[in-house]
Amino acid sequence: MLKKNYTKTIFICLTATLFLLIESAHCQTEYDYIDINNPFIRKVPIAVPIFKPTSGSEGEKFLSQEASNLLSKSLEFTGYFKIIDRNAYLVDPEKSDIIVSNINFKNWTGIGAELLITGGLFLKDNIIEMELRLYDTFKDLLLVGKRYKGVVNNQRKMIHRFCGEVIYKLTGTRGIFYSKIAFVSTSSGNKNIYLCEFDGHNPEQLTYDKSIALSPAWSSDAKWIAYTSYSKGKPDLYIKHLKDKHGAIVAKKGINITPAWVPGKFSLAATLSFSGDPEIYLLTGTGKIIKKLTNNWGIDVSPTFSPDSNKMAFVSSRSGSPQIYIMDLESGQVKRLTFQGRYNTCPSWSPRGDKIAYSGMGNGQINIYTIDVEGKSPALQLTHDSGNNESPTWSPDGSLIAFSSTREGPSRIYVMTAYGTEQRCLLALPGEQINPEWSPGVIDN
Amino acid sequence: MKKKLRICLALLLVIPGLLIVTSCAKRAVKADLAQTQEDEAAKLAAEKASQEEIARQRAIDEENLQEEAARGKIILQEGAARGKIIAARNLFMNENIYFDFDMSNLKPEAQEVLKRKAEWLRNNPGESVIIENHCDERGTNEYNLALGDRRAQSAKNFLIDLGIAESRLTTISYGEERPADPRHHRESWAENRRDQFVIE
Repeated sequence: MLKKNYTKTIFICLTATLFLLIESAHCQTEYDYIDINNPFIRKVPIAVPIFKPTSGSEGEKFLSQEASNLLSKSLEFTGYFKIIDRNAYLVDPEKSDIIVSNINFKNWTGIGAELLITGGLFLKDNIIEMELRLYDTFKDLLLVGKRYKGVVNNQRKMIHRFCGEVIYKLTGTRGIFYSKIAFVSTSSGNKNIYLCEFDGHNPEQLTYDKSIALSPAWSSDAKWIAYTSYSKGKPDLYIKHLKDKHGAIVAKKGINITPAWVPGKFSLAATLSFSGDPEIYLLTGTGKIIKKLTNNWGIDVSPTFSPDSNKMAFVSSRSGSPQIYIMDLESGQVKRLTFQGRYNTCPSWSPRGDKIAYSGMGNGQINIYTIDVEGKSPALQLTHDSGNNESPTWSPDGSLIAFSSTREGPSRIYVMTAYGTEQRCLLALPGEQINPEWSPGVIDN
Repeated sequence: MKKKLRICLALLLVIPGLLIVTSCAKRAVKADLAQTQEDEAAKLAAEKASQEEIARQRAIDEENLQEEAARGKIILQEGAARGKIIAARNLFMNENIYFDFDMSNLKPEAQEVLKRKAEWLRNNPGESVIIENHCDERGTNEYNLALGDRRAQSAKNFLIDLGIAESRLTTISYGEERPADPRHHRESWAENRRDQFVIE
């Protein structure tokens, strides 16, 4: 029943996005409101007044408050916006209108808002209808207008869809609002794999092993997760379909660890040591070996692919200490990327393709760094004097980095911008959390 | 006169009577003496016999004791031997080898320990062993899993070189997941960077 409702809602949402075409017809020009490549990004001031309850019922008022707050928070999470305090408003949004012809934009430019989001919410029989609009207050221009309809329980989903539209309009990328983060938590008493939404909401336990589960990795269609588990006594590789729970196990002797999916393919790389030496192999999604990728005495571990899947970065101890290398998969040529420090591990290739984030050890501390894939400029240190910071993972749009940190004692998952600003804890669960892995952008599980 | 005669008569009667009695008594005494002598001899014989019996029994007891003692000695020896076997097994299980940070080469101390382990494995050809490696918490868990694999492999290869069949040796890398000492300082890190040997 719930599933039926859910599918129906999605259908409604999708069809509803066609609306307001006339109103938004004059705003087809793309604006670079937010330059995502600028490290010194100025936050865009935006006003998100509480949505207007269309019929004025108590239920509507409550949901309007909830929805507009969620919208503010979700936009703020991206690091692109400065949400203007509602106490600073010059007008009572409940009394003003929500469509362009009736908005006096001077009331918004007057408090510094460059963008404005208005909303109207109508509730009937547990079904909500929301009209949401994004305006450029200086140009008196409607940038995005959408209508959503669905059961009350799907309000969060509807708001996030609108956030996705807003970000797409302003940055040209789809953003993170449909993404999830997989991670390892000891909340159950053992290390198990968990999932949560991009903002840390709705954590759910995925594995229920009474052993150790580590290193979750998403397939690029977000339908599969590969991870390492000791549930049969040694580190084996599990490849699991998220919905059907079917899949494969790679349980060769030695270690079967650190999976990474090839972008766009049902194929993954992982470190196996059945030969007596840890090497990276390319595997099918069903766990069969396609080929050996590295061939070097010593440790080769933690592969990560460039978004075009032509190159693979990985950690190797071939020079005597763990460093990050890049392999051209066609020619097999390997180039060392990191030269600063004696311990650089956990590489993660940015979805934009230009950078690799990693964990580097120096002065007894582990910090997160980013380095351009050509290795031309020195690495940029993103965390400082805040415990050990490990396992960086990029948001699907490349704007944020999630990582684990011991800055408050137990290891927890944190998020920051790709430039290291706005570091904050993603979620607080009992026990410790490690190994975050951000899903691809489009996920509907 | 009559009185004198009466006394004489009485005497005549009494004296032989007395005589008879005394002779009789004499004869009885004689018989008694012989009887006593016989009894004594029997007694002595019996005593001797019983002493001999006791001696015999003592001898048996002694023999038994000696036998028992001998048996006990064997048991003790056996116990000691068993104890030695158990001690050797425990030593095999409890003696770890240790590594330097981010290194998987075997230090001289570790090699000595492994030589003892190889000897034990040669003396116990039926036993197989799991070599578990553990790292300290420093470094990242993915790299530590691979490092642990290399360390367990180092010990395995060393034992193979000493003639132990590869089929008897399995490795499991735990990375930093199971520290022996969960504290966060130099001593516990050194304690945690170890290969442990578990008899299957």
